Amino acid sequence: MAGHSHFSPANVEEHFEFNSEGKKRIIYAFIAGVVALVIGIYLLSKGEAGGHEVAAAGHEAAKAGHEAAAEHLSGGAVSHQPEAEEHYNWMNRVWANVWLNAVFFTGIAVVGMFFVSLQYLTKSGWSSVMKRVPEAFPKFLYISLPILILTFFFKGDVIFHWMHHGVTEVGSANYDKIIAGKSGYLNKNFFLIRLVVFGGLWILLWNMLRKKSLEEDLNGGTEYFTQLVKIGTAFIVIFGASSSIFAWDWVMSIDTHWFSTMFGWYMFSSWHVTTYAVIVLTILFLKDKGLMGYVNENHLHDLGKFMFAFSIFWTYVWFEQFLLIYYANLPEETIYFLERWEGYDKLYKSSEILMVILNFLLPFLVLMTRDAKRTRIFLKIAAFLIIAGHYIDFYQMIMPGVVGKHGGYGLVEFGMVTVFASAFIYVISGELTKASLVAKNHPFLPEALHHDI
Amino acid sequence: MSSTTNYILGVYDDEDEVLHAVGEVKAKGIKVEDVYSPFPIHGLDVAVGHERTRLPIAAFMFGTLGMICAFSLISYTMVFDWPMIIGGKDFFALPNWIPIAFEGTVLFTAFGLVSTFCISNDLWPGNKTLPLDIRTTDDKFVMAINLDKNKVSADDIKKALKESGAIEVNVK
Repeated sequence: MAGHSHFSPANVEEHFEFNSEGKKRIIYAFIAGVVALVIGIYLLSKGEAGGHEVAAAGHEAAKAGHEAAAEHLSGGAVSHQPEAEEHYNWMNRVWANVWLNAVFFTGIAVVGMFFVSLQYLTKSGWSSVMKRVPEAFPKFLYISLPILILTFFFKGDVIFHWMHHGVTEVGSANYDKIIAGKSGYLNKNFFLIRLVVFGGLWILLWNMLRKKSLEEDLNGGTEYFTQLVKIGTAFIVIFGASSSIFAWDWVMSIDTHWFSTMFGWYMFSSWHVTTYAVIVLTILFLKDKGLMGYVNENHLHDLGKFMFAFSIFWTYVWFEQFLLIYYANLPEETIYFLERWEGYDKLYKSSEILMVILNFLLPFLVLMTRDAKRTRIFLKIAAFLIIAGHYIDFYQMIMPGVVGKHGGYGLVEFGMVTVFASAFIYVISGELTKASLVAKNHPFLPEALHHDI
Repeated sequence: MSSTTNYILGVYDDEDEVLHAVGEVKAKGIKVEDVYSPFPIHGLDVAVGHERTRLPIAAFMFGTLGMICAFSLISYTMVFDWPMIIGGKDFFALPNWIPIAFEGTVLFTAFGLVSTFCISNDLWPGNKTLPLDIRTTDDKFVMAINLDKNKVSADDIKKALKESGAIEVNVK
């Protein structure tokens, strides 16, 4: 059939070059982030009001309104971290930021692997033109997982209520019966074992998948595809369990008294949609460089649909978690939302509202039409909104529980996210150069090149 | 299809050929009314030059209508007609309304869209419109050209269809 362009692997192979110009720019961004971070830490050390007006206002008002708020918040069975209020260290906010960004970027990295595995498990054809992009993401696990492990090991007691001194010792001033009851699961050794075992499995399976995928480029043949399907399936089984477990471990256990059975889904959905946004931005960046010409508006349309659909999915999970708690109105559950809505003198209320606008309303409206999902500028706008919104989502999950009234948006937050983002971009760019941007011997590549929706 | 219209039908036996033929026939200045196929062919609607469907607009309107209806119903019953305290909430408990508003949106969109689709395609129950060529429900592809909407003579159209690979050309 003459209408179909002749396909040969030789004319699709192409490489991204991470040149010194690009490297320089990212290193400058990294340095700028470090500078902002250092200034932010300096301002924090001079007194927490230095961070940001929000923090300052919160502090001023907290003096007057704190007693009332504390009484209101602890109305139920929960008295939330009373000992943390007494000896608060200004460095806590820095460690909370390290944890926040490490969790956020670990998610983006690992969901790249999840996406590729899912494509293999479902034997999807359309995505084979762009699978090299998410396939490069898990490289960042080599940086973010050690950060998680080290931060937990040395500063875990700052982040986690259940690691505070003496909470599980009968007779201690800090003794907490509820947390002591959870100590069979929430203890330092078991936490580290879970982190190392599952994190190690993620990295191991990604390495296996990456190796097979690159060998397929050299040799071709469908046996690689069969093996990749098996690796992908194994990863999805492991990730199904570990994504929930890490959601409880890394984020939910910060508010140790509180629990939600929706939380694993909730955090996964947030990671998931963010990764789609990062994939879209990476592909559009490469397309702007004149690469990946074979990724046309049909593939972008599919990715846009994913961003649209999973923004709604996130909203569904987030709202469902809220609605069940709102409806049941149990004090030990509602405290979570009270803290984020009315607690700490409404310090977190504006970002809670902003988050829903950024994560649901705007992507929903921007990406609703077919044309928007096929137009680069709309995809870019939506992707940036989603990434910013889900950073705030994670901020809302982690900050109120760790720093409470000492939180805010300041140079520390801005600097830390810049440092992590530029490190992420640097590592991923480096990994993208190591293989052809198109998996040229992928058996479904001809199908993907003729993708038409 | 009223019987007074004059159609010239080119019958093809391959989907790639008919897709290609549409371009060839159109290149000769002939207006193609439609192509009938037993299954969807990628790129055919673009080749024939059909406008994109406006069903999404209908979907949006039905969805909005459904949301408003569900929201009004629950507000009227739970706030005005028979106020009830559930779980100690206000009468107007907005978060509780959202699942109902969502279900109403989905229900109206689904029913509304199926109805709109069927009505706009003459697919109501009891309608006995026969295809121009019964074989398009089996293994043949038919390109229909409306003579009344074309300035090109019937003979030229027949010739163009033959040249583009039609296995037979019928007049209906």
